[in-house]
Amino acid sequence: MSGNLNLTLKIWRQANKNKIGHFEVYKVSNISTDASFLEMLDILNEELQHKNEEPVAFDHDCREGICGSCGLVINGRAHGPVKGTTTCQLHMRNFKDGDTIVIEPWRAKAFPVIKDLIVDRSAFEKIQQAGGFVSINTGGVPDANAIAISKEISNIAMDAAACIGCGACVAACKNASAMLFVSAKVSHLSYLPQGQVERYDRVESMVKVMDEMGFGSCTNTYACEAECPKEISVKHIAKMNRDFFAAKLKSKKI
Amino acid sequence: MAKLDSKVPDGNLQDKWTKHKFNMKLVNPANKRKYEIIVVGTGLAGASAAATLAELGYQVKAFCYQDSPRRAHSIAAQGGINAAKNYQNDGDSVYRLFYDTIKGGDYRAREANVHRLAEVSNNIIDQCVAQGVPFAREYGGLLDNRSFGGAQVSRTFYARGQTGQQLLLGAYSALNRQISLGNVKMFSRREMLDLVVVDGQARGIVVRNLITGEIERYSAHAVILATGGYSNVYFLSTNAMNSNATAIWRVHKKGALFGNPCFTQIHPTCIPVHGEYQSKLTLMSESLRNDGRVWVPKKAGDNRKAYQIPEDERDYFLERKYPSFGNLVPRDVASRNAKEQCDAGRGVGETGLAVYLDFADAIKRLGRKAIEERYGNLFQMYEMITNENPYEVPMRIYPAVHYTMGGLWVDYNLMSTIPGLFVLGEANFSDHGANRLGASALMQGLADGYFVIPYTIGDYLASNKFTAVSTEHVAFAGVEKTVKALVEKLLSVKGKKTVDEIHRELGKIMWDYVGMARNSDGLKKAIEEIRKLRNEFWKNINVTGSAGDLNQALERAGRVADYLELGELMATDALQRNESCGGHFREEYQTDENEARRDDENFTFVATWEYNEAGQWTLHKEEIVFENVKPTQRSYK
Repeated sequence: MSGNLNLTLKIWRQANKNKIGHFEVYKVSNISTDASFLEMLDILNEELQHKNEEPVAFDHDCREGICGSCGLVINGRAHGPVKGTTTCQLHMRNFKDGDTIVIEPWRAKAFPVIKDLIVDRSAFEKIQQAGGFVSINTGGVPDANAIAISKEISNIAMDAAACIGCGACVAACKNASAMLFVSAKVSHLSYLPQGQVERYDRVESMVKVMDEMGFGSCTNTYACEAECPKEISVKHIAKMNRDFFAAKLKSKKI
Repeated sequence: MAKLDSKVPDGNLQDKWTKHKFNMKLVNPANKRKYEIIVVGTGLAGASAAATLAELGYQVKAFCYQDSPRRAHSIAAQGGINAAKNYQNDGDSVYRLFYDTIKGGDYRAREANVHRLAEVSNNIIDQCVAQGVPFAREYGGLLDNRSFGGAQVSRTFYARGQTGQQLLLGAYSALNRQISLGNVKMFSRREMLDLVVVDGQARGIVVRNLITGEIERYSAHAVILATGGYSNVYFLSTNAMNSNATAIWRVHKKGALFGNPCFTQIHPTCIPVHGEYQSKLTLMSESLRNDGRVWVPKKAGDNRKAYQIPEDERDYFLERKYPSFGNLVPRDVASRNAKEQCDAGRGVGETGLAVYLDFADAIKRLGRKAIEERYGNLFQMYEMITNENPYEVPMRIYPAVHYTMGGLWVDYNLMSTIPGLFVLGEANFSDHGANRLGASALMQGLADGYFVIPYTIGDYLASNKFTAVSTEHVAFAGVEKTVKALVEKLLSVKGKKTVDEIHRELGKIMWDYVGMARNSDGLKKAIEEIRKLRNEFWKNINVTGSAGDLNQALERAGRVADYLELGELMATDALQRNESCGGHFREEYQTDENEARRDDENFTFVATWEYNEAGQWTLHKEEIVFENVKPTQRSYK
C-alpha cells in the first residue's frame, strides 16, 4: 500500500538561542509513505548538504520511540497527528500528497531553543535530581522477593514509569506546565513500598524545583495526556496533588 | 607492548572472585574523595558505575553525548535481564547460568569472568528492586520470570517490553542522587574525542561540547569507558543513530588493544528493511520467541498470503531442526537458519528477505489479552512501522546487526592495556565469547558498573602513585591540538558526497562480506573496498557548517572516519579466524548439517589487536583456558 508524496515543509530555523528564528520553506518530493517522519527529514537534509546548505538540526537517537530524544511540534501538535506516538515512530502514511507540514520545536519558557528544532530540556534533569530516587546505596539491600508487591500496584507504577521524558506534555500545554512529567515520576515511586520512606519529602522537593524552573501551572485541560506518546494518565497528577497536600499536613517543620 | 596478562586469580572457579575481593587493596574512606574518576557513557554500565563510585566517596565526572544521561541506548533493551535466582524452582543455579553463558558464547570467553558475572547476577536484581524498578510480578506479589534463548530455565526478569528502560531509569535515579549531593559532576552533550595519557597512565579526556563546538579538557586519576558497542559500522543496525565507536577507537589508536573485533551479533527478530531511505532497524524482542512460532512456506517462491498456506505446507524450521530448544535456540543459530531459508528462496514478503513469526497458536491457547499483556507495546510498535496488525497476520522478521561481543581487551579487573583506563559493558570484549545470550547484556552492564569496578578500581588507585596532573599539563595541549586538527581536516575536504552516503556504502560492504556468513575471498574483497572508500572519504566528503557551533554533520563525520578504520579491523580479524564460532560464521568451516565448526586446537584464543597505523595491526593472542567446562560441539537439538 505504499505510495509517494510531494510535500511542502515550513521548518523553524534558528541559529542559536540568542538569534531570532524564522520559518523556512522547503519542498521534498517522492517521499515513500513507508518512510518515518525523521527519515523524511533525513532526505531533506541530504538534499540541503548537496546544495552546501546547513542541514536542519533536530534531536533524535533510538528511533524506536523509547529514548525520548526526539520531539517536534508538527502542524501544531506535539509529536504530530497520531495518538500515542513519538515523532520518530510517526510514519509518512499519515500524510497526503501535496500537504504542507509545519514543523516547530517544543515551545516553552523552560525549554529554550538551542538550534533549529533542538531545545534545552535540562530543567527536567534538575527536577529529577531534586528527589526522583530512593536514597539507597549499591549493596546491602534485601532479597528481591522479600518485598511482595501486588500485580495491580506494580502495573500502575509501571504505567507511570513508562514516561520517556520527551517533554511533549509541556509542549502541548497552553501553560507549559510540567505536571504530567513530574507526577509520573512522583507517582511511580509513591505507589511502591520502596518509595514510602521519602514519599512526602520527594513530592515537596520535586514540585519546588518544578516551580523554580519556570514551568506554568496546571489548569486541567488534559492536553498533556492527549499528546503524551506513552499515554500517561492525568490521574497521576491527581495522585501527586493528593501527596503534595498530605505532605503539607505531615510536614516535619515546626 | 605489555604482555597480555588476564590477571585471572588462582584457585577454584567458585572462590576466585571472593578471594580476589579480599586480596585487592582498599582505599581508605577519607582518601577516596582525593581521587577523581571520569566515566564516559551513561548507559547501564556507565550510570551504575558513576553512581556507585560516587556513593563510595570518589569524585566522579560523568559524560554523555545525549542531552540527558537517561537517553543512553541501554534504554531500548526490551526483553529482560538474566539472574540465577532460581525463583521458579526449575533447576537454575549460578553454575548453570555460568555454563549456559560459556556454551552460548561458543567457548570463546574466560571462565572466571563469566562465573563472576553469574555470581553477581542475583545482587543486581536485589539492587534494582530496592531502587523501585517495577519488574513484572505474579498475582502473589513475587517476581515473574520468562524464558530466553539458549536456556532451558526461566531466569529472565522483565518489565513489560521495556526492561532496559526501567533498569536504566533505576541507575539514572542513583546517578541523580549523587549529582544532587555534588559527588558527580554531569557533563551532557559532550562527545569524547581522545584520551590523555601522562607517564603511561590514563589521566584525562578531551571532549567536544556539542552545543558550542568548544574543545574541553578534563583530568582525573582514572578513566572509565562505558560507551557501548560498534554495530553502527554497518550503518543499518538496531543501535541508536548516534551510538558510536569513537571513544573506544581513539583509545585503541593510543595503545589499548582491541579484542575479537569480528564477533558481532546478528539478532534474528528485527523488522525487515523496507527502502533505500531506511535509517535504522528496529528490534522485536527475543522474548517474542517464547510464544511466537517461526516458519516459512515449504515451497520456494510460494507467494500466497500467510493464512492461505495450510499447516502441512509450512515449515516450522527451528522446531523441526532443534526439537529440544525449538524457537528458543540462541540468536546466532536462529539468524543463520533464517538466512538459509531466505537464500533457498523460501523467504516471505515483498523482498523475500523475511520469515514469519506467528502468534496465532499462542493467541488461540492463551487468548489475545494474555498476549497483549506480555507483548502489547512490541505489537504496537510493529504495527506502527509496518502498518500490519500482528494479532491478525504473522509478523515478518529478518536478522539485523544488534550487538558487538568484541571490544576493547580488558583483564579480570576490567582494565585495558593502558593503565588506568577501564572499560565496562558492551564496550569491552569480556564476557560473551562469540555469541551473547539474550538478556545477558543488561546483566553484564550492571554487573560491571555496580559490583565489579567499584572493587577493582580501588585496587588500582591504592596500588599506584600519581603525580599531580591538571588540564594545563602539556599532554592536554598536545591532544587538544590533534583533535582540533582532525575537526578542521573534516571540514576542509569540501567534496561532493555527504557523510551518510559514504556510511551507507561502508554498511553495505560490511553487511555483504562481514555479515552473517563470511568467507576468505569476500573478506579480502571487503578490506580492499573499505580502503578505497576510506580514501574517497578523505578526498570527497562535504561537511557543512563550522567547528564552533552545534553541527550534527560534523559529529557524524568524525564517527564515520573511525568506522572506516574499525571496519577494516573487523574484516581482518574475521579473515584470520579460520573457524566458525558463535556469530562468526565462515562458510568454509561448517559441519555437514551447516552448523558452525569450531577449531578448538588452533583458535581457542582471544584475538587481540595492537594498532600500528591505519590498516596495520599486530595480532596478540590470549589463550583461553578451560578448567571446568569441556568445550564440545554446541548442540541445541
